[in-house]
Amino acid sequence: MASNGSINSAIPSGPLADKWTKHKNESKLINPANKRKFSIIVVGSGLAGGSAAATLSELGYQVKCFCYQDSPRRAHSIAAQGGINAAKNYQNDGDSVWRLFYDTIKGGDFRSREANVYRLAEVSANIIDQCVAQGVPFAREYGGLLDNRSFGGAQVSRTFYARGQTGQQLLIGCYQALEKEIAKGGVKMYPRTEMLDLVVVDGHAKGIIVRDMVTGEISRHAADCVILATGGYGNVFYLSTNAKGCNVMAAYRAHKRGAYFANPCYTQIHPTCIPVSGDYQSKLTLMSESLRNDGRIWVPKSPEDAAAIREGRKKASDIPDEDRDYYLERKYPSFGNLAPRDISSRSAKEACDEGRGVAPTGLGVFLDFRDAIDRLGKDTIEARYGNLFQMYEKIAGTDPYTSPMQIYPAVHYTMGGLWVDYNLMSNVPGLHVLGEANFSDHGANRLGASALMQGLADGYFVIPATLPNYLAGETPGSVSTEHDAFAEAEAAVRERVDKLMSIDGKRTVDSFHRELGLLVWDKCGMARNEEGLKEALEKIPAIREEFWENVRVPGDSGNLNAELEKAGRVADFLEFAELLCYDALEREESCGGHFREEYQFTEDDEAVKTGHTGPGEAKRRDDEFCYVAAWESTGAGNKPKLHKEDLDFENVKLSVRSYK
Amino acid sequence: MNLTLKVWRQKNPDDHGRIETYEAKDIPEECSFLEMLDIVNERIITEGGDPIHFDHDCREGICGTCSLTINGIPHSKERGITACQVHMRKFRDGDTIWIEPFRARAFPIVRDLVVDRTAFDRIIAAGGYISVRTGSAQDANALPVSKDDADASFDAAACIGCGACVAACKNASAMLFVGAKASHLNHLPQGQPEKDRRVLAMVRQMDAEGFGNCTNQYECEAVCPKSISADVIAKLNRDYAIAVAKEATTAS
Repeated sequence: MASNGSINSAIPSGPLADKWTKHKNESKLINPANKRKFSIIVVGSGLAGGSAAATLSELGYQVKCFCYQDSPRRAHSIAAQGGINAAKNYQNDGDSVWRLFYDTIKGGDFRSREANVYRLAEVSANIIDQCVAQGVPFAREYGGLLDNRSFGGAQVSRTFYARGQTGQQLLIGCYQALEKEIAKGGVKMYPRTEMLDLVVVDGHAKGIIVRDMVTGEISRHAADCVILATGGYGNVFYLSTNAKGCNVMAAYRAHKRGAYFANPCYTQIHPTCIPVSGDYQSKLTLMSESLRNDGRIWVPKSPEDAAAIREGRKKASDIPDEDRDYYLERKYPSFGNLAPRDISSRSAKEACDEGRGVAPTGLGVFLDFRDAIDRLGKDTIEARYGNLFQMYEKIAGTDPYTSPMQIYPAVHYTMGGLWVDYNLMSNVPGLHVLGEANFSDHGANRLGASALMQGLADGYFVIPATLPNYLAGETPGSVSTEHDAFAEAEAAVRERVDKLMSIDGKRTVDSFHRELGLLVWDKCGMARNEEGLKEALEKIPAIREEFWENVRVPGDSGNLNAELEKAGRVADFLEFAELLCYDALEREESCGGHFREEYQFTEDDEAVKTGHTGPGEAKRRDDEFCYVAAWESTGAGNKPKLHKEDLDFENVKLSVRSYK
Repeated sequence: MNLTLKVWRQKNPDDHGRIETYEAKDIPEECSFLEMLDIVNERIITEGGDPIHFDHDCREGICGTCSLTINGIPHSKERGITACQVHMRKFRDGDTIWIEPFRARAFPIVRDLVVDRTAFDRIIAAGGYISVRTGSAQDANALPVSKDDADASFDAAACIGCGACVAACKNASAMLFVGAKASHLNHLPQGQPEKDRRVLAMVRQMDAEGFGNCTNQYECEAVCPKSISADVIAKLNRDYAIAVAKEATTAS
């Protein structure tokens, strides 16, 4: 096993294409009679958690699955619209496992692990087989075979989709598999139950403390290992495309119990969301990236025209083609409107910063279907995007068939997460992390249609194969909830709940969350710099301090109390935000979703002179920063300790990422 | 805009519950219905009261969590959307708005506007799936499915499990929900081996949960945020009749 830096990533030796097969062959097994003696806790019931819980139960383990929603069918994987990638090459357009691997590595700006990404590409084809067998109604052609479409950052059509509701259909497939196992008795489901702490016994993750959100009861659950599949931390920005309930609590509690948090500064800002319209706004709505297959993104060439549109003196249709700047097509001719997300988002910001934004707030660009409707007809566009157009009209109040959509980037996904090795186990033995909650596959930027792929790869195919490597060394049922570690964790949880209930201050939880979100978006959003990050690191502790003195949580903790739930989550965001900024400050380079203004290409750079990239593009510093930053908690308010995992690229050559 | 809200308040399942009145002043008309409730709740909390509890999560009409009956109609009078997709621009200044939970015996109230819909999960657990062990699937294109079947299956699979169909029905019937799941899976070749078992088990679980029968009023179809057609109920009835007949033959 190769050791990388100071942390062991447990990447198998041998050629890249053979690693996963070799690893599976060499992995430990647990015989069927013994499997049922092992108990497993799965937190989260989205694509990663739901698929893991269902599959592990099929294998014979005893599974307990927890989710905060009222049903496992509602996890936020459900909101993914566009599709799921797989290297099937059904289109005969030259796709392969290698190409999906390479696109993902390059899309991630060379900041992910080769071995993990290759495995992801390898199992991608199995996911489609599995989902079709479950009855997921993917789009089909008249011949009865599966249809595909293109997504950002790829030049092949490898995305499988179910209208604009791919995430929903995949999650329903996964949820049905889970319900089947629940009925069989293999999985015990705990809906409306929130994990409030991780229990670590002699260095191993052996249980969790949860709160029943309906009765307020706090209880202990012990198991032979714990799997977190609790999603990302995008709601640290308050406004994001995440569901309102999405939070970092489970991952952050695990971090405070010793698990390293890796690359938190890699946050994805999705280019096509409906712009913010006012202070009351509670969330942002994504318009699927698939719209960029036919929609053209533009702003007026002159700030004067843009101002006229903002003030209602001109309409989009008043601007002739020669006065429009289709800036993605201009800057990235080979990828055009399908340039990757980080690049598209930054370009939109640039255009708006130049005073060419078209939304009333100045922060918005056009996504225009005029030409596609002329070319293909309204019916074809309606068949492809009808539900998305309808959704846009409901929210924005204008008809995208006749006037272009206005869009602006918004926080969407977080590539960073708890550090895991090749087995998806964190540095805390027994604690495994799947899906968006881990960090391993997307590097500094995730390509479209890859989140669903990773969640299901982790849950259906990776963890069932790698978990025995841990479990085989454990005695089943060795820890009970009577252990002192459970008593200590439960007491800490109760103390925190009591403290939140007793502050009785003047400000609402949401007001703190908004204040934090605005600050983090401003200083650690689409563009970051040293000064801003240092300022954020000074201001966050002050907000946190005021929170613990002046927050108001009404009601009592003995029944359903939405404010108490939010308070606990925001309290963790108020600590986590610091970790995010420390990581962004430490990484003195630009890569993927992490853009440090100090590090961008200029006219003087060789890569710009040769035309390989343009001025203003993100500038990586491979000599110094080609590593995973894994942070160890040293207690709230203290600077966390950095551990580095060096990234070795043996199969691809690090290059300037160009989509020109 | 200024509005008067008449809201169902009920502290817990045992509480009797009552309508209480709230003045919602200075509401921006661009905001969503749930954002209007957020504003009202912020004010209630600041004034020392207990906020109105309501279920919500994705706020983009896909997770199926929100479950408000607005002016007597589950999700509101607008067709084809969930409560979270209702925008205030659809109301007029000075309106009085009645807000109640999804009401049905099989959906007990948890608090205020929050109801317990786990009965739906138990119906799915009874048979709303295709049994396929992970890893045992054949190549996805080995089984062609005609586009018409795939589309019909998708139309039914679009169900988000919100329960508006039940809340709208005078019998609190879950036939649209059960029919949608049966239609989703029974339209596909993959769903054939378990078709009879599935339909019998789901219908029996539906009855056991206390949902009523269908009397062809089509209220369910009218409020369904995904516009699922009541045709799925007709298909469910056919599939059920066949399954019962086969069961009787096998038993005798």
